[in-house]
Amino acid sequence: MLEQFIFVGVLLVVALFLPVVLIGLAWLLRPKRPNPRKSEIYECGLQPHGENWVQFKAQYYIFALVFLVFDVEAVFLFPWALVYNWLPLYAVLEGVLFIALLAAALVYAWQKGALEWM
Amino acid sequence: MESLSRFLAFLADAIVNIGDWIRGLLLGAGLADPWVSLIMKAIGAIVVAFFPLMVVIFLIWAYRKVAARMQGRLGPNSSGTWAGPYGILQTFADAIKMLTKEDIRPQGIDKIPYNLAPILVVFASIATWAVMPFGPKLIGTDLNIGIFYILAFSSAALVVFLMAGWSSNNKYATVGAFRSVAQLIGYEIPQLLAVLTVVMVTGSLRMQEIVGQQKIPLLFQLPVTAFIFFLASMAEVNARPFELLEAESELVCGYFIEYSGMKFGMFYLGEFMNSTAVAALFATLFLGGWRGPWVEQAPIMGTIWFLVKMALMLLVWMLIQITLPRLRIDQMLAFNWKFLVPLALANLCIIGLVNKGITEWFPGGVSAWTRAGILLMANVGIFLATWGILAALERREQRRREAWRAAQVGEVEVSA
Repeated sequence: MLEQFIFVGVLLVVALFLPVVLIGLAWLLRPKRPNPRKSEIYECGLQPHGENWVQFKAQYYIFALVFLVFDVEAVFLFPWALVYNWLPLYAVLEGVLFIALLAAALVYAWQKGALEWM
Repeated sequence: MESLSRFLAFLADAIVNIGDWIRGLLLGAGLADPWVSLIMKAIGAIVVAFFPLMVVIFLIWAYRKVAARMQGRLGPNSSGTWAGPYGILQTFADAIKMLTKEDIRPQGIDKIPYNLAPILVVFASIATWAVMPFGPKLIGTDLNIGIFYILAFSSAALVVFLMAGWSSNNKYATVGAFRSVAQLIGYEIPQLLAVLTVVMVTGSLRMQEIVGQQKIPLLFQLPVTAFIFFLASMAEVNARPFELLEAESELVCGYFIEYSGMKFGMFYLGEFMNSTAVAALFATLFLGGWRGPWVEQAPIMGTIWFLVKMALMLLVWMLIQITLPRLRIDQMLAFNWKFLVPLALANLCIIGLVNKGITEWFPGGVSAWTRAGILLMANVGIFLATWGILAALERREQRRREAWRAAQVGEVEVSA
């Protein structure tokens, strides 16, 4: 078990190393001629108006909330799916009931219009 | 003659044999056993990490060739300068160009996330390859949480996109980041539910066990699940119909608009690496991974089968991406939340009940073929029911539209 995670650890180090080396190589090779005009921000050629970190649509929050329901559900369902082959029929039915309860949440959100993009 | 047969026996399981040979060399050099195993792990990790890189170099070239052929435009072969036979060196030329480009950092960026994002995007997509089974004995490491590990790392891309978009001090990038959150979290749900169905039928999270269970590839047992997984994972790697996060014609480049040089190259690389990982995952989960004829005699064939299946999925991915136009954001969200998620939930429940029902109905146990046949019939049932519901909804919508149009016409006549 630990043996396996040592491999994962080594791979993660290699995986971090690879892009760092590539970007480092580019840092060595690329020209460096900084210029205040060059680093000016522009959007389609014009000076942008106002701040970049603006208020954004609240709709995104609603989708994030609906997502949260199902993401937590999936975490609960993984153990259930894993031991599925050893479960009796009523335990499978309980799992289906759990899914149906959450599906009801989806239907509620749908009826409330949370899934409409305005 | 004898040396030839020994060579063939070596070739039959070449990669494992080369590994054993290196291990023998290290042990012969008098190294202690734990060190040898650590060095072997390091070599394995380097091979696993470089595999997607090699595939991507080839894939970018192949993608350009296929796109040029299908859309009737010039490909890497006709870029003006000679780029090797069939333009195969074009990717290398691009890489060298990216290495020598200046890194322009715009004013007012958030430095740490801005610089970290291009590193992490490649990091996360290489990390998923740790548990990918390349052959009967060829796997980075066969973790007992294999598929869960892959899902965890593949959803890390979302955080990276948000980091890149939010820190770039550009409104296009910020909009791209918002969209990436809305799209990637949404399509994660059907993907998770499709994987859950696979886990339920195969009874394991271990990748080798999932491959081992597929005497009949799961594509032929659970086609609806495969369909859901395919569409959701296309959205996860933002391929063309779901390409809202970088929508070239409206957001210019989306979340990585302000990156230049090698940092831009990292995002490009990460995107193709993610597609490769998703193709490999589909091949493993639904097409039987390394399983195929002659694998018992020559395990190296398993790797070849795996590569062939992965290439096939990548070709399908390319063809869809080249052909289809982009969806609008409301269509994209509606397609996910009002079609894929309910379908995936219903699919999970029905397959769970039917599969358990088979076990309860036949106490003596059934052959794999009977089970596959019944599961396939259940899938056809789900497909027909979905089709029926969609057709009924379409008819209702059409009636409403006609009624609305008739009312409009009436009003015009009255006012005239």
